[in-house]
Amino acid sequence: MNRKLLASYALAAAVLAAAPFLLDAYWVDVLNSVGLYALLALSLNLILGDAGLFNMGQAAFYAVGAYVAAILSTRLHVPILWALPVSGLAAAAFAAVVARPVIHLRGDYLLIVTIGMGEIVRIALVNDVGGFTGGANGIFGIARPSVLGHRIRTPQDFFFLIWAFVALTVFLFHRLEQSRFGRALNYLREDEVAAEGSGVNTTRYKLMAFVLGAAWAGMTGSLYAAKMTIISPESFSFWESVLVFIIVILGGSGSIPGVIVGAFLVVGLPEIFRGFATARMLVFGLVMMVMMVFRTQGLLPFRPVRFKESDVPRPT
Amino acid sequence: MSALLELRDVTKTFGGLTAVNDVSFDVAEGSVVGLIGPNGAGKTTTFNVITGNHRADRGTIRFQDRSLVGMPTHRIVSLGIARTFQNIRLFQQLSALENVLAGRHCRTRAGLFAAMARPPGQAREEREAVARACSELAFVHLSDRTMELAKNLAYGNQRRLEIARALATDPKLLVLDEPAGGMNEQETDDLVQLIGKIRERGITVLLIEHDMTLVMRACEYIVVLEYGVKIAEGPPAAIQSNPKVIEAYLGTEEA
Repeated sequence: MNRKLLASYALAAAVLAAAPFLLDAYWVDVLNSVGLYALLALSLNLILGDAGLFNMGQAAFYAVGAYVAAILSTRLHVPILWALPVSGLAAAAFAAVVARPVIHLRGDYLLIVTIGMGEIVRIALVNDVGGFTGGANGIFGIARPSVLGHRIRTPQDFFFLIWAFVALTVFLFHRLEQSRFGRALNYLREDEVAAEGSGVNTTRYKLMAFVLGAAWAGMTGSLYAAKMTIISPESFSFWESVLVFIIVILGGSGSIPGVIVGAFLVVGLPEIFRGFATARMLVFGLVMMVMMVFRTQGLLPFRPVRFKESDVPRPT
Repeated sequence: MSALLELRDVTKTFGGLTAVNDVSFDVAEGSVVGLIGPNGAGKTTTFNVITGNHRADRGTIRFQDRSLVGMPTHRIVSLGIARTFQNIRLFQQLSALENVLAGRHCRTRAGLFAAMARPPGQAREEREAVARACSELAFVHLSDRTMELAKNLAYGNQRRLEIARALATDPKLLVLDEPAGGMNEQETDDLVQLIGKIRERGITVLLIEHDMTLVMRACEYIVVLEYGVKIAEGPPAAIQSNPKVIEAYLGTEEA
């Protein structure tokens, strides 16, 4: 990672760490929402931004994670943070099964399939398939998490939990970006035929992008369940998938800092313009249109800088 | 010399069109073989069948006595057949170095866990892959373009970058689809030299080319296709005087 980016992260972390002490509970809660959407967008960014696979069903993986955590918490009384990795694994397994038969589809075709997948999951939850999901009412009474004996309850508490997970995610995903795995995803995005022709198992990497992206969305889902204590199918509507998709494209597809900025913009801006009442969504829509006309590459189109001149061995 | 690659009665149809019809030929180990023929003769389709981009309807393709039919492309690459494309297919938004590293992918191991946890072996593997990629860039004279995005390279350099990416896979057989396409005379000369150097490394070359002077200079054996059928094969001198070949290229007098 280059120095400028590292400095930007340090500055952002410092400002964010001070925020819960300066803002009231309402605004801290807005920042918590921003954090959750940033996590979702980072998870989608692996699939959409890095590997170039159009997925507008990310809410399905989010829902699977949230419901697995909720069920583990309410029925088996598993502490919600212990459920976090389980919900990630469950969402990953779900993605592996669902994506395998459609992974060869490209672009618009895959997009439509993922929309269908998202809707099927939501409708299954509404209809209480299996008798575990509580139907349209959802699941309530999810236990609060506790960290080292400290019960996480206030928005301030959740702020630190959520943003610590964002920080961990950013760290790991930057490492991923700088690796053989991250490069392989980029080869896919740039030219699938050339990637396969260079020896990259494109089917495997497309599937892995989906599985890893789903795992992260699933873990985010369990954080969401812990924060809300009540979850219902309407929290995982098609609009959620669209919003996350917009964050990635608007922020800068394939750019980790861009996606985070995108989450602030897409989730934060409508809150700031709450004074305009109903007109705020109009402003939001206009911003999106203007952005895509004048800045198609997104707000912070930050391509990973993988190598510097100093990494290159000089011929002797 | 034994045959490295062996095609027997290979047929490929697209709907009603037979693009490749019962084609058989051998590529001897260590040789440079040219595949020529008029436009639409089925040359690129033949390449695509060898590299697994298309599946042959009939016939056998054997590489070092292993059947390639039905094998996915990336497996064929790891067995040792690398290719370039007729219409250059580089990763446009990535640097020259990252492009060549794609070729090292099948010779390196680091997975998801290694990417996140970075055990010491991973760093060594990365360093070695970068060093090898840089030496391939030097081999095709692109050392000064290492950090340049592929899309910013001049046309001739893009062709050479594709060759470097293919060489980075440790191929035994390099398949070049019109490597001199769009090149000027000077660049074509350089390419003939480059092919010579590739051959000195012990890599067998199979190429499609329209530039006859290049084919005659670089290849020691030529296979001629017309309408999907093999009409001739042999050393350059024999091909040049073969009446069927002359007819295919110039047309008959009655036509």
